[in-house]
Amino acid sequence: MKHLLSTQDLSLADALRILDTAEEMSAVSGREVKKLPALRGRTVVNLFLEDSTRTRISFEAAAKRLSADVINFTGKGTSVSKGESLKDTVQTLEAIGADAIVMRHWGSGAAAQLAGSGWITSSVVNAGDGTHEHPTQALLDALTLRRHLARRHGTGPRGTDLAGMKVVIVGDILHSRVARSNLWLLTTLGAEVTLAAPPTLVPVGVEQWPCHVTYSLDEAIAAGPDAVMMLRVQSERMHEAFFPSAAEYTRSWGLTDDRLALLESAGAADAVIMHPGPMNRGLEISAAAADSVRNTALEQVANGVSVRMAVLYLVLSGTDTAGTPDLVPSAARRPEA
Amino acid sequence: MSPTAPRYLITGGTLPDGTTSDVLIEDGLLAAVGPEARSRAEAGDGPLETVDAAGRIVLPGLVDLHTHLREPGREDAETVETGTRAAAMGGFTSVHAMANSTPVADSAGVVEQVWQLGREAGWCDVHPVGAVTVGLAGERLAELGAMAASRAEVRVFSDDGMCVSDPVLMRRALEYVKAFDGVVAQHAQEPRLTEGAQMNEGELSSVLGLSGWPAVAEEAIIARDVLLAQHVGSRLHVCHVSTAGSVEIIRWAKERGIEVTAEATPHHLLLTEELVRTYDPVFKVNPPLRREADVMALREGLADGTIDTVGTDHAPHTAETKECEWTVAAMGMTGLETALPVVQHALVDTGLMDWAGVSRILSSTPARIARLTDQGRISASGVFETGAPANVTVYDPHVTRTVDPATHATRSRNSPYRGMELPGQVTDVFNHGHPVVRDRALATPRTH
Ligand SMILES: [Zn+2]
Repeated sequence: MKHLLSTQDLSLADALRILDTAEEMSAVSGREVKKLPALRGRTVVNLFLEDSTRTRISFEAAAKRLSADVINFTGKGTSVSKGESLKDTVQTLEAIGADAIVMRHWGSGAAAQLAGSGWITSSVVNAGDGTHEHPTQALLDALTLRRHLARRHGTGPRGTDLAGMKVVIVGDILHSRVARSNLWLLTTLGAEVTLAAPPTLVPVGVEQWPCHVTYSLDEAIAAGPDAVMMLRVQSERMHEAFFPSAAEYTRSWGLTDDRLALLESAGAADAVIMHPGPMNRGLEISAAAADSVRNTALEQVANGVSVRMAVLYLVLSGTDTAGTPDLVPSAARRPEA
Repeated sequence: MSPTAPRYLITGGTLPDGTTSDVLIEDGLLAAVGPEARSRAEAGDGPLETVDAAGRIVLPGLVDLHTHLREPGREDAETVETGTRAAAMGGFTSVHAMANSTPVADSAGVVEQVWQLGREAGWCDVHPVGAVTVGLAGERLAELGAMAASRAEVRVFSDDGMCVSDPVLMRRALEYVKAFDGVVAQHAQEPRLTEGAQMNEGELSSVLGLSGWPAVAEEAIIARDVLLAQHVGSRLHVCHVSTAGSVEIIRWAKERGIEVTAEATPHHLLLTEELVRTYDPVFKVNPPLRREADVMALREGLADGTIDTVGTDHAPHTAETKECEWTVAAMGMTGLETALPVVQHALVDTGLMDWAGVSRILSSTPARIARLTDQGRISASGVFETGAPANVTVYDPHVTRTVDPATHATRSRNSPYRGMELPGQVTDVFNHGHPVVRDRALATPRTH
């Protein structure tokens, strides 16, 4: 795997390889010394042209746990914001010694363009591009869901998929790269996805996508999902007439206390609430739902580091053969819950 | 032309009506066609050059209602000189230069400057298009009458790049240009429906996370404008029609007798939105590449006369404005040097149109829309009018070439056909009897 650009073009085999590798990485994170020599001498550049402290520090932690050198390059106050072209920026970074460029970009398609441009030979990892994709977010969500399912079945997560799992993604699908990446990845892994949103925030052409669409969150929750993924909603959207008011949004599409109760009664017994963060408490999610034991937010954060370690390892190790690298002596592995 | 200027006998070419005939050019005019051409050539005085056109098509010089020559203002992307070199190499003997230069061509001074630059270049007739509104700002009418009365004799007015979206302003412009038999060429794009638009709106834009440019934003303006044109009894021209729905609306309007003409670009006849998957900004254009069904509807519209002409919307851009992220890249593609090959590929080789049809959509009809009397003098069945100015393009339809933008005469390299195989090549072009292209290469400009 040379690049990770999207989940839409990720095969089932590659997705499982990343998730299984992430399980190995996760075992490392559980050790006292949280470090592997795998990427010693390699340089990872975090090129963040849009603010996202959470994602950046997650990638930074991942690279450091693999002993890579990390250079952080952010758009604010640098030549990028002063009009230097992306081409010049990445060529400079490569001249400094970058082996992989982890890029967060405001423009949809920027990562794919970078990988296909011939400007550089480094690996490119998409850390979120415009309203297109955010593949590592979807991978960490899938890792979280897969562990959840394995726990339910009393098996280990390695090699398993999400067959039969019912996931509802709620909110601003139109502007969400997280929704897109999750839709493609979760369905590749066999999950059934329902999108619940106001009609104005459902993308055009969605009927061609492999999912159900409903305008009623109550209906989606009453159908008994295994997971409800709440997307962050920007209240400014109401000024663009996507919905009349924040209050009406919350009433119709927020995970309110009433809907939390409905999930408790109608959902799977171990149904979870997910959120890519940061949460807008009181808008798309109530305080009770946010603080519920069903909320996997912190588990998602921890899994994010493991998934990003796996991705960096796989794009930089240059192995194109299937299978999981044996990074950790089996004795050091955590028993799989 | 001086009496000692060479005469040209184009021999053995196939004319648009399908006959094989000789054509004689004398004193800048199309002196004779058919057997008479050779006898008259042999009888006449002065030097005679023969152009062997065996196996080639002899077409009326092509007329483009829609180019961006970028001068004044963006001479790094194109100049009138380089743009008309490209036009000549593409077989055009007359091009219209859109008004979105810097300064905007919204006054007699600027249109005369562009017109003068065209005369000095000498590769092709240049007709400036006048802006409809001052600065293309859509607020008040530019001095349309002054531009019409200038030496540039402007007849086509357009805010191209911007839509005249204010219905009152559009109504007034349509009415006003009747005073000098002008036409308003509308860039049909409802601005509010296309804020930040990056590509055709549909399932693919949703997948790619790019803001959509919905077909309705074009169709709504066209529907409004044809009704306005009917109401005030004016002529309307619609630039770069790009959707199947627009074709239907125009067909409906023509059936009702509304005086509307319409243009399609070569790229909308061949390329689809699928190319946007690459995020390569060379495919970013306005209006955007659409779906396969739209491409087919445009081809059929040209074949049945609903769409009147092919206009290139030649839009050169510097490398910096295309070598960047899709969302900030400039919109537009070069097209002058590939237009005829694309038309052959999309319309002739598919059996939708013969060469008389090509002469209609690329020469006689655009000349009529722009009220040019020195271009496109050929009958509907493809018979040249003798005695007309000798604007002639000789075209070899049998070669196949791989498009290499580096070899193009335009100053810019943003051709979406890069690496594609296209049929045909212009071999010779006569502008008012002067050979500006000979044997596949630029010859000499015409001097005035
Ligand atoms: Zn336009």
